[in-house]
Amino acid sequence: MTIQAEPGKGRRRSPLTSIAISTFKTTGTILATMLGLLFVTFIIGRVMPIDPVISIVGERASKETYEAAYQAMGLDKPIIIQFFYYIWDILHGDFGQSLLNARPVAEDIRRVFPATLELATLGTFIGVLIGVPLGVLAAVRRGSWIDQIARFVALIGYSMPIFWLGLVGLLIFYGILGWVGGPGRVGIFYVDVVPSVTGMILVDSLLDGNWTVFKDAMSHIILPASLLGYYSLAYISRMTRSFMLEQMNAEYITTARVKGLSEWTVIWRHAFGNIKVQLITVIALSYAGLLEGSVLTEIIFAWPGIGSYITTALLSADMNAVLGGTVVVGLVFVCLNVFSDLLYKFFDPRAK
Amino acid sequence: MKKLQKLTAGLMFCVAATTFAIPAPQALAETPPDMLVIANRIDDITTLDPAESFEFAGSDVIRNVYGRLVNFDPLNLEKGYEPDLAESWTVSEDGKTITFTMREGVKFHSGNPVTAEDVEFSLRRAVILAKTPSFILTQFGFTPENVNETIVADGNTIRITTDKKYATSFVLNCLTATIGGIVDKKLVMEHEKDNDLGNEWLKTNSAGSGAYKVVSWKPSESVTLQANEDFYLGAPAMKRVIVRHIQESATQRLLLEKGDIDIARNLNPEDIAGISGKEGIAVDSELRGRLMYVSLNQNHPVLSKPKVVEAIKYLIDYTGMQDSFLKGQYTVHQSFLPKTYLGAIEDKPYSFNLEKAKALLKEAGVENLEIEAGVREAQERVEIAQSLQNTFAQAGIKLNITIGTGKQTLTRYRARDLDVYVGAWGPDYPDPQTNAGTFAYNPDNSEEAKATGLLAWRNAWDPGDLTAKTEAAVIEGDRDVRKKMYEDIQREFQARAPFAIMFQKIEQTGRKSNVKNLNLGGAITAVAYWPVTK
Repeated sequence: MTIQAEPGKGRRRSPLTSIAISTFKTTGTILATMLGLLFVTFIIGRVMPIDPVISIVGERASKETYEAAYQAMGLDKPIIIQFFYYIWDILHGDFGQSLLNARPVAEDIRRVFPATLELATLGTFIGVLIGVPLGVLAAVRRGSWIDQIARFVALIGYSMPIFWLGLVGLLIFYGILGWVGGPGRVGIFYVDVVPSVTGMILVDSLLDGNWTVFKDAMSHIILPASLLGYYSLAYISRMTRSFMLEQMNAEYITTARVKGLSEWTVIWRHAFGNIKVQLITVIALSYAGLLEGSVLTEIIFAWPGIGSYITTALLSADMNAVLGGTVVVGLVFVCLNVFSDLLYKFFDPRAK
Repeated sequence: MKKLQKLTAGLMFCVAATTFAIPAPQALAETPPDMLVIANRIDDITTLDPAESFEFAGSDVIRNVYGRLVNFDPLNLEKGYEPDLAESWTVSEDGKTITFTMREGVKFHSGNPVTAEDVEFSLRRAVILAKTPSFILTQFGFTPENVNETIVADGNTIRITTDKKYATSFVLNCLTATIGGIVDKKLVMEHEKDNDLGNEWLKTNSAGSGAYKVVSWKPSESVTLQANEDFYLGAPAMKRVIVRHIQESATQRLLLEKGDIDIARNLNPEDIAGISGKEGIAVDSELRGRLMYVSLNQNHPVLSKPKVVEAIKYLIDYTGMQDSFLKGQYTVHQSFLPKTYLGAIEDKPYSFNLEKAKALLKEAGVENLEIEAGVREAQERVEIAQSLQNTFAQAGIKLNITIGTGKQTLTRYRARDLDVYVGAWGPDYPDPQTNAGTFAYNPDNSEEAKATGLLAWRNAWDPGDLTAKTEAAVIEGDRDVRKKMYEDIQREFQARAPFAIMFQKIEQTGRKSNVKNLNLGGAITAVAYWPVTK
């Protein structure tokens, strides 16, 4: 069978075709990246010098118990076969069972990821809301007190260990002042009060119209979110400042000023307009970084997120859980990349 | 420009306001009167099935959810096992068969009555599933093939037949272990999948008759228990028990001080010192089963000399360590049965005595001894090894410390490759045999025997008549006579074994002082929530 080329087609791509091609390309990139990620993590998982069987059955198990667990985990099969089984299962939405708690890893991730998502989103929100204006202002008022403050804030944000800052924050705002809720996502009285729809308690309580739970959850999340927000603020404001400085020295800014445009228009319409695309990358990266889960923050605030989930799993050689968690984090990175690409196209006429 | 500054200031203010001014729901100064909230590290829970669980946090849950044939009274652990789901028992003349009569009128949480058939199912199930703790039952000769004859329900009674005569107290002590939990046969079998005897389902659900039922277990997050109003010993005062996974000691302390939790179970010595004496907070110290010891490889030409063994026991600064870096966490204990075990003795014949040690070494003709100690990379163990290095040096013994991972060190220890081992041992089940059978028992000391599970073998030590005495103690029917036998074994062991038992673990718990009757289970069992009031 031959396919006849229709006249008029093929010379110039229709918008539909080009969208199809770019979608195809993007999908291809995503798949290749994911496969690479899976392969590397799987190999690392298998060569790790920890005996996963011992971690399940314990040191004092009899030989028969050990053997049974060894076979149940499929460890007697060749590594390459194990890898294919693994890919096959993932394609069916099955990350396998956690070796440690005997639950499907997918179910665990559905439980821990929304907790991280909630925290990271609020953290990034705070970071952007303060970091961007602070960076812009610092660049515009270079050398002024506000610039010094911005630099100081960024320096502290970079150099303070989050572990220490978190504990001190808890001690002051929870322990002494009592302004915020303590560690955990909600107070014990509100555990499992609202039905879990998205897994994000703030959203779920709003959906349920339960303001009491919303307020309680807010009082618990605000401190860790501010802490993460602070770290992303430090990064975002520093980057914004340096992007803006570059623009403010450009000739078109002088031209705009000479033309008599208001300072507001010069800064926000002209200079800021030009750094939007770069900022998107910075913010997306910082967001993705928070979505990996901040292990130390999660531990101090007893926040059951994906960071501490993967760490615990790793320490106990629970490879299904580690691989599942890694795949999800990888997927998040890839998605954010695709998303920021789309935003580029929206904001940058050249990329269209 | 002004506009921009105003806008920025406005935004910053808004965020700051949301951050700090959100009215936190009135922080309650304390938890509700019928709710017990505990902070603990519970990420070691792998299963809630009594036939499989072998970790501390899991045993804590299971002790409160499942009844057993015999059990410990949390308010009087010293008394030993007592009737629980079994009302009474008789022992056959040959000492091999124990027949239990079931208590009438006890119900599972499902409403099903607890019957002898459930006991038969539960014990057979534990043997057939052959999970890690199954050795606690199979050491009596039960096998998946013979359980139909050896564990048999008959009307209101259940008959257990062992392969030979054992001390009744030995069998009964083992039945108080987590694996002795009695499950609801009907409910469990409704959830059986691929002949797994309900194991998959029971990992995350409960089917017991105890004081509490499991509402939810979120791994590394929380365990929520709800009171069983029909509990046969009376409805517990705490209607809900929530155990939250809080990793950090400092976080636990803050929560306790704020009154958001009632119990903090993993406070480090600094935080314990910090809360001591605070109003409304009390600190409990409870002995646990773990022992710290030093052992000497008897394949070593010098370390095998009895006088050297004795000298080394005088070269350990027991109280010095106890009062410095082990303060509050370990107490000096010099016999292989942890305090509160049947037959445990409190004799402490050894103390740091440099002169005596030097004299003994001189008698043995030892000079310029250089030996290697293996220790795993845990802070307290390394510190103990360093203390030994220091005191040994004063008598002219050079101790080289090799620090390794748990696995490395253990591998060398099991291969008899270390001169000296500094380490810990925790009992597996609440009977003296669990420790006697490894410290003082080694029927074949030959290299070929490869009895790597026995501590005596790992140190190439032939305990001589202690092996026979341990065997005899295991089959002694009279509990008091048996107790005496273990006391004698320990004294002989203390005098000549190449083991210097040094310390027993203490667990320190921070508690709101209104919480009463909390018992963590001592050295022999796990925590009990049902007697707790506040």
